[in-house]
Amino acid sequence: MKALRRFGRFWWDFVIGDDWRIAAGVAIALGATAALAAADEPAWWLLPIAVATLLYFSLRREAR
Amino acid sequence: MTAVFLVLSAFLASAVEMVEALTIVLAVGVTRDWRSALTGVGTATVALAAIVAALGPALTLIPIDTLRLVVGGLLLVFGLQWLRKAILRASGYVSLHDEEAAFEREAAEARAAGEERRAGLDWYAFTIAFKGVLLEGLEVAFIVLTFGSAQGSIPLAALGAGVAIVLVAVAGIVAHAPLARVPENTLKFAVGTMLTTFGVFWAAEGAGAHWPGGDASLPAVLVFVALVSFGFVAALRRQRPALA
Repeated sequence: MKALRRFGRFWWDFVIGDDWRIAAGVAIALGATAALAAADEPAWWLLPIAVATLLYFSLRREAR
Repeated sequence: MTAVFLVLSAFLASAVEMVEALTIVLAVGVTRDWRSALTGVGTATVALAAIVAALGPALTLIPIDTLRLVVGGLLLVFGLQWLRKAILRASGYVSLHDEEAAFEREAAEARAAGEERRAGLDWYAFTIAFKGVLLEGLEVAFIVLTFGSAQGSIPLAALGAGVAIVLVAVAGIVAHAPLARVPENTLKFAVGTMLTTFGVFWAAEGAGAHWPGGDASLPAVLVFVALVSFGFVAALRRQRPALA
């Protein structure tokens, strides 16, 4: 059980890192991009905006 | 153009990770036992090769759009974490990574650790070298596999990584000291920018979006991510004296 928890912890740290909100924000932005694309609307612009927004909030939290 | 970015990204990411692995191996090799440390390096290399050999062909079986969505999303999360740390370091909020200090810390721990021999090896030197190379190498394997599979060219990404590994190993053997003069934060900044760029590009394509101009928009995304990052560094630097 302990080994399993350590294994999960390793992969969490490896992929998600210090700020889980970034991963959550990316997931939401990807969902929104897919929804826009499915509705035949231009969707390429959404992820670059999401990158700037997610970095802004993550850095602001760290710099406080 | 995409192939150049691909090789360059794999090269830079691998170089950064291998500089860190080299510091760990040097520290235990110099203070404990070279044979055990190098056996750890060899065992970790075999383990990494097995991971790449097992996952590489499996990834090529996944439909390209699904692969780009998943891989792009992972690269985006991974790249943003690298970029975030690099921005915080460049703006002075987090101290710069110092290979000489890391070497001294590892060497002090290695000197203080007790003596335990297993299978004829200094077990401390073996496990520390093994873990160091495996953990740093996993990031390299992750980048090579994701970049290579999403672009349909794992060998090209592996080439970039392989050249970096050989260069860092040769530099380490020649210098016989931690590579403190490698501008690690600058490299991490560049890698974070590239990982984020590829993540944005592939994840958007995988989600069904179409880039204006197709592959030609990749440099524009790179410039956008770089400008945003430099903007945050400048803003945080301005803010920092006010906080002190």
